[in-house]
Amino acid sequence: MTRHITLKSALNEALDQEMARDPKLLIFGQDTAGGIDAGGVADSWGGVLGVTKGLYTKYGNRVIDTPPTEMAYVGAAVGAALAGVPVVAEVPFIDFMGVCFDQLLNQAAKIRYMFGGTAEIPLVIRTMVGAGINGAAQHSQMLTAMFTHIPGLKVVCPSTPYDAKGLMIEAIRDKDPVIFCEPKFLYDTSGSVPAEPYTIPFRQAQVAKEGHDVSIVTYGPMVPRALDAASQLKQKNINAEVIDLRTLSPLDLATVLKSVRKTGRLVAADEAHPRCNIATDIIAQVTEQCFSSLKSAPQMVSAPHTPVPFSPVLEKAYIPGAEDIITAVTKAIIPHS
Amino acid sequence: MSDSKKEQHNLSTSIPHDTILSAYRQMRTIRAFEDRLHHDYKTGTVPGFAHLYAGQEATAVGICSHLTEQDQIASTHRGHGHSIAKGVDVIAMMKEIYGRQGGICHGKGGSMHIADLSKGMLGANGILGAGAPLACGAALADKLEGKGHVAIVFGGDGGVNEGAVLESMNLASVWKLPLMFVVEHNGYAQSTPQQRTTSVSNYEDRAKGFGMASATVDGLDFFAMYKTAGELIQKMRDGHGPVLLECRTVRFYGHFEGDSQVYRPAGEVENARKHRDCLKLFVESAQKMGISPKELKQVDHEVAELIDRAVQEALKAPHPALSELHDGVYVSY
Repeated sequence: MTRHITLKSALNEALDQEMARDPKLLIFGQDTAGGIDAGGVADSWGGVLGVTKGLYTKYGNRVIDTPPTEMAYVGAAVGAALAGVPVVAEVPFIDFMGVCFDQLLNQAAKIRYMFGGTAEIPLVIRTMVGAGINGAAQHSQMLTAMFTHIPGLKVVCPSTPYDAKGLMIEAIRDKDPVIFCEPKFLYDTSGSVPAEPYTIPFRQAQVAKEGHDVSIVTYGPMVPRALDAASQLKQKNINAEVIDLRTLSPLDLATVLKSVRKTGRLVAADEAHPRCNIATDIIAQVTEQCFSSLKSAPQMVSAPHTPVPFSPVLEKAYIPGAEDIITAVTKAIIPHS
Repeated sequence: MSDSKKEQHNLSTSIPHDTILSAYRQMRTIRAFEDRLHHDYKTGTVPGFAHLYAGQEATAVGICSHLTEQDQIASTHRGHGHSIAKGVDVIAMMKEIYGRQGGICHGKGGSMHIADLSKGMLGANGILGAGAPLACGAALADKLEGKGHVAIVFGGDGGVNEGAVLESMNLASVWKLPLMFVVEHNGYAQSTPQQRTTSVSNYEDRAKGFGMASATVDGLDFFAMYKTAGELIQKMRDGHGPVLLECRTVRFYGHFEGDSQVYRPAGEVENARKHRDCLKLFVESAQKMGISPKELKQVDHEVAELIDRAVQEALKAPHPALSELHDGVYVSY
């Protein structure tokens, strides 16, 4: 039977089912329960936006509210995972990663390789990405590319409730550190999600919509915007294909190349800043590997090279939307438009 | 109790009438500002989210009453109170929170990034503990300048456990910087109680470990705050290095607007509002010091008008022009 739940609930269900499956698994972060030992309701928050709500009630001390000190608790999660205790640790906003970056960049990411391949780090760092909630410059960034750049880290960013659940379970069962980027703007979107546990393998992009005129390659919060653009383009008799990368590292380039070989045109979209983002990477790799299939220059859609502004009108202008994708598609199809 | 009252009365002779009234005006302004925002967030007219300072007014004002515009403060996510106490324009703050033209940061920053360098306000901050290293730098600049200016960094009982704060305490001590670490101990890091975030119950124990002078003060008692902060700030101005000041206080509203605070014990907030409201305590003390109810009422009236005007002007102010999106960056592409 088809069941529709929100992306937030899908993540909660994935965590719940994995906590039930693996009695060693721990969850920790700031206010993951919210209110333990405070004297009132102990499971009041479930993290800043409520993703882990109810898990403390169910799993007790395996859900740990940490001090608000990212370096120590993220590092402790790395160490615990290294010692054989898998952990899902939450860094509420990806913007806060600056505080604990060394533990991921130089420790978690390097250990397996530096130690001659002998170590496993079954660790998931859950973190929220993206703009759209008037969170201003330090609560809105899309820093996926920074983590994708680093060998030793896997980077996931789902766009649907179905993918969120399947990718989260896959991430937890993976033996390497995974940076699991949750588009907070999509938390309340609903979709069909099976009740039983399932996994979606990494490096498996999804053709979110088939088409033959242009390939729009994107991920996370840009996927619904790309689908919106594609449906508007259809009214102009342009049939766009939309590829949802789902995992940024490892990257399913094969699906992208196959699509571009079919359409001959590429628009790569990322909510990140324009330099060195996922879209520039896709364009570089496509250009390198199937240059002769391209009928026009690849186009990039991104946010501007500015911090995320607070003002709602400026933030709206900042976030790349369906209109920007349509403009890029038009350029790709009519190069001199 | 009688001892502290005696001390308060003695102290009253040393605080000028105008200083007391001005402190009251600031505390009342902060309270009215936050109460109004609390109300307006519920109606959905204010964008984004805010962390309100109500309940803690005596701390910010008790400290900032001793500062000039040349002294610098670094604030936190809960920064409205610090900003007002440091003299940041209230109307420009309100416009900022509404994300409008004329906002103190041109609508770019919002509640969590209010700053005014001309007033020595180095910014609220969305990253816990991030103000401490910045304040070390400000204090270093003060020290090099040699004019006796000081820096203050505010932090909460949870946030001061960040490595950035602890490293800064060490650096400030090694460099003998004129920097005060203020711990606003309101009992909660978001929803997590103090005993789950901090290994000691008295933050002075931390200061000892860094070789820093320190004091603990009832952060609800403006007059105690004023006295202790004044003494510590003078020591810093005299070149005795950094200090830590723990202020025991209460947070009236949730961590952010929308937080229903169900994690707090039943009746805790109501009880605090009844018996541990720093403004009520201030009024009681001030009247004993010869401030008339009429004078206080006049301030209340003026503050209420100011806050009303701030909201009206904020709502009337235009949104920033779209071209402003690209202003203020180092490099454009």
